[in-house]
Amino acid sequence: MAGPVLEMRSIVKTFPGVKALSDVTLTVRQGEVHAICGENGAGKSTLMKVLSGVHPHGSYEGDVLFEGETCRFKDIRASEQHGIVIIHQELALVPYLSIAENIFLGNEHAKRGLINWNDTLRHATELLRRVGLDEHPETRVADIGVGKQQLVEIAKALSKKVKLLILDEPTAALNDEDSGKLLDLILQLKEQGMTSIIISHKLNEIRTVADSVTIIRDGRSIETLDVKSAETTEDRIISGMVGRDLENRFPDRTPHQPEEGTAPALEIRNWTVHHPIDQQRKVVDDVSIEVRRGEIVGIAGLMGAGRTELAMSVFGRTYGRHAGGTVLRDGREIRTKTVPEAVGHGIAYVTEDRKHYGLNLIDTINRNISLTALGKVSKRGVVDEHGERQVAEDYRKSMNIKAPTVFEPVGKLSGGNQQKVVLSKWIFAGPEVLILDEPTRGIDVGAKYEIYTVIDRLAAEGKAVVFISSELPELLGMCDRIYTMAAGRLTGEFSRAEASQEALMRQMTKDKKDKEVSR
Amino acid sequence: MSTDVTAKTPAPAPPGSGGQATSGGLLQLVLHGLRGNMRQYGMLFALGLIVALFAVWTDGDLLLPRNVSNLVVQNSYILILAIGMMMVIIAGHIDLSVGSLTAFVGSIAAVFMVKHDLPWPIAVILCLVIGAAAGAVQGFFIAYGGIPSFIVTLAGMLIFRGLTEIFLEGQTLGPFPDGLLKVSTGFLPEVGPSTNYHNLTLLLGLGLIVFVVLREVRDRRRQQEFALDVPPVNLFVLKIVALVAAILVVTMLLASYKGAPIVLLVLGVLLVGFGYVMRNAIIGRHIYAIGGNLPAAKLSGVKDKKVTFLVFLNMGMLAALAGLVFATRLNAASPKAGLNFELEAIAASFIGGASMSGGVGTVLGAIIGGLVLGVLNNGMNLVGIGSDWQQVIKGAVLLAAVGFDVWNKRRVGS
Repeated sequence: MAGPVLEMRSIVKTFPGVKALSDVTLTVRQGEVHAICGENGAGKSTLMKVLSGVHPHGSYEGDVLFEGETCRFKDIRASEQHGIVIIHQELALVPYLSIAENIFLGNEHAKRGLINWNDTLRHATELLRRVGLDEHPETRVADIGVGKQQLVEIAKALSKKVKLLILDEPTAALNDEDSGKLLDLILQLKEQGMTSIIISHKLNEIRTVADSVTIIRDGRSIETLDVKSAETTEDRIISGMVGRDLENRFPDRTPHQPEEGTAPALEIRNWTVHHPIDQQRKVVDDVSIEVRRGEIVGIAGLMGAGRTELAMSVFGRTYGRHAGGTVLRDGREIRTKTVPEAVGHGIAYVTEDRKHYGLNLIDTINRNISLTALGKVSKRGVVDEHGERQVAEDYRKSMNIKAPTVFEPVGKLSGGNQQKVVLSKWIFAGPEVLILDEPTRGIDVGAKYEIYTVIDRLAAEGKAVVFISSELPELLGMCDRIYTMAAGRLTGEFSRAEASQEALMRQMTKDKKDKEVSR
Repeated sequence: MSTDVTAKTPAPAPPGSGGQATSGGLLQLVLHGLRGNMRQYGMLFALGLIVALFAVWTDGDLLLPRNVSNLVVQNSYILILAIGMMMVIIAGHIDLSVGSLTAFVGSIAAVFMVKHDLPWPIAVILCLVIGAAAGAVQGFFIAYGGIPSFIVTLAGMLIFRGLTEIFLEGQTLGPFPDGLLKVSTGFLPEVGPSTNYHNLTLLLGLGLIVFVVLREVRDRRRQQEFALDVPPVNLFVLKIVALVAAILVVTMLLASYKGAPIVLLVLGVLLVGFGYVMRNAIIGRHIYAIGGNLPAAKLSGVKDKKVTFLVFLNMGMLAALAGLVFATRLNAASPKAGLNFELEAIAASFIGGASMSGGVGTVLGAIIGGLVLGVLNNGMNLVGIGSDWQQVIKGAVLLAAVGFDVWNKRRVGS
């Protein structure tokens, strides 16, 4: 095949306090489908943002060569002019505009500011035919499914004379049928000479469409494999994705000894949840898990596996539509239809998205901590400010929250310290069961260790902890038992002794194998 | 190395904030203390400036005892509305119906008392209940119906205005019973030996001074107990002297006329009461929480719908109170009463430190904002500026106040 169309050489990208990319080299040949895979947070998206100009030239180190020329993109527009188009995981369509209007948004067929509708519709119809979407171009985007919206995105990319198409987890939100169609389309475009980069961690998908795969881990490109070669097995890719040495990054933990005869602190039975908008889609599919007092139970899964959805739907039905299943605390069935009910039954959910769902960023540390259990520092509906301050001071010391006073707005703290405030807030609520959703996401190693210590202490005090994470080493380092989830279903359960990164990753990348997806 | 990227991403903690302030000079400390409440302190300062400006411009007429007394009474209903509006805005909503609602309640009051000769205490209680009910209905649609407050209260604005005209049949209805007028437009009673001043008002002012000083001292002690940084002694004394002087001046001015208007007392109770609720009560915290970050508040177990409902119920009740005060001041209910009151109350809230996105503001801020507008009105009337130019100037003040705040926030980088 032809030579390289894209070369990224020794890319280094630093954010304050975090090195997102420490050394990535990527070579994509003309006309191939190149997959990039790696764990969440490995740096895949950052790399694509460097390529597409979201992180402009000068904000990173290293060279980007496209068609033999060095690129100095200022912004996305600049990269699009060169024919590099990225389709993000979250679709960037305007729901209330028509398909045609969306395709040419910012790039309208117009003369002196007036849109030429004939040209627009004709051209849109052509593009829709090319991507195999059988919809009228004047249909509103809100009225078609996510799968078709994805196709509209691709049509939009094609309208921009795309030479290199980047798809960021294109099938994460799609059902099997739509995924299949999309993958077919990628292969079709390849036959027409299109080069694409596809970010995915669904291994069967990579095997179906990709010619080669580059594995990224901890901000480094590890290796590039030829997918068509017989040596490139799924196990080979998995070991590339996880193969990192476990340093001493976790507190020493005495493993939990299960007491026989007692009911689990929290048990979820046959839990099924539908997507809030696309009601055909099961986001959580018949999941049953349990956790005992003093136990730390991990839930491993990649993006879109349904872990957060499981947790939030149990915690006050704050996600999706409940479609069956029960929750038991200490063996008794409980109602958790509202957040106050769930909290009343001693359940706490620490969100993965602290900025949107965890904290009031414009308010102070003390007020954020006390919010979940204001009654504890109040008498007859009146908050005792001094008691509240004392509580916050105690947490500032015990959790080592680095802030000059507890009156500092939470928005000014670093990610690690914000996470400690969220944890403090929920520990203050006095729960018996804590569901921690990615508690160490986006924080530095030192703060991570402190958070592990806190989690360990909570378990030692007899709390039941559910630890959701996509970082396998931390699950292996912290958990007594680990469940794996993929595509909304429970795909495995491992004891501490049985669990290994490879074994977990194999279950996490299982894409409903029993249903036979590829054709 | 490209270390300059930090400017683009949120830094963990801005350098020079917090801990270092203690080691800095007095000025730095003052600035540090002010930073959090920049708009409120800024507006307090601006209020002082506006008062001084018009005092000079009117050759002291602004500060004549009679005028000060008038100023309080004239603005009382806007200030009452501003208190409720501030809470609505903090919760992340808006209420456009309060102007119509004040007129509506005024008309009901007139129908009760003038047409049907209902005893005034009963009529007043009924009016407050009706106001609360009107607020509750709107609150229900907003909180439980999920209809945006802008729409619901815009509808309310039209509906209550229309109902007012229906009840009054397009006529002006009055006068109100003397008993009610004595309370709503009257002054504190004269007691004790004859001095040249109003004794009860002097006593009240004195009591207020003692209360304020004691509270400041107690707060400072407590802060020291908790080993928190406190401002240096000289700054503290300066603050107390300024407070005492301000109270003393107002007290003396009022006492040398007819004494404190009863409405002022009502306002004082509302200010202290709602200030306390917003600062110290659980419900107050919940109002700030839902305005600051609704999803986070929900996930923390805050009953957001109930809180929103109560905020609007309360707004309705305060609007009823404002309606009664306004109607009795004119001694008649008119179909055109309360025009644009909602806009004045909203402007007062924003001048006083509220944020369009919710979660920020204080009841005291609303009062300060309302006074800024009130003094501007009164002062411009005294110097003979027409109502046309008055509106232009008030609009500019609103824009400048919020603009300054936005600019200041961007500069500090928060």
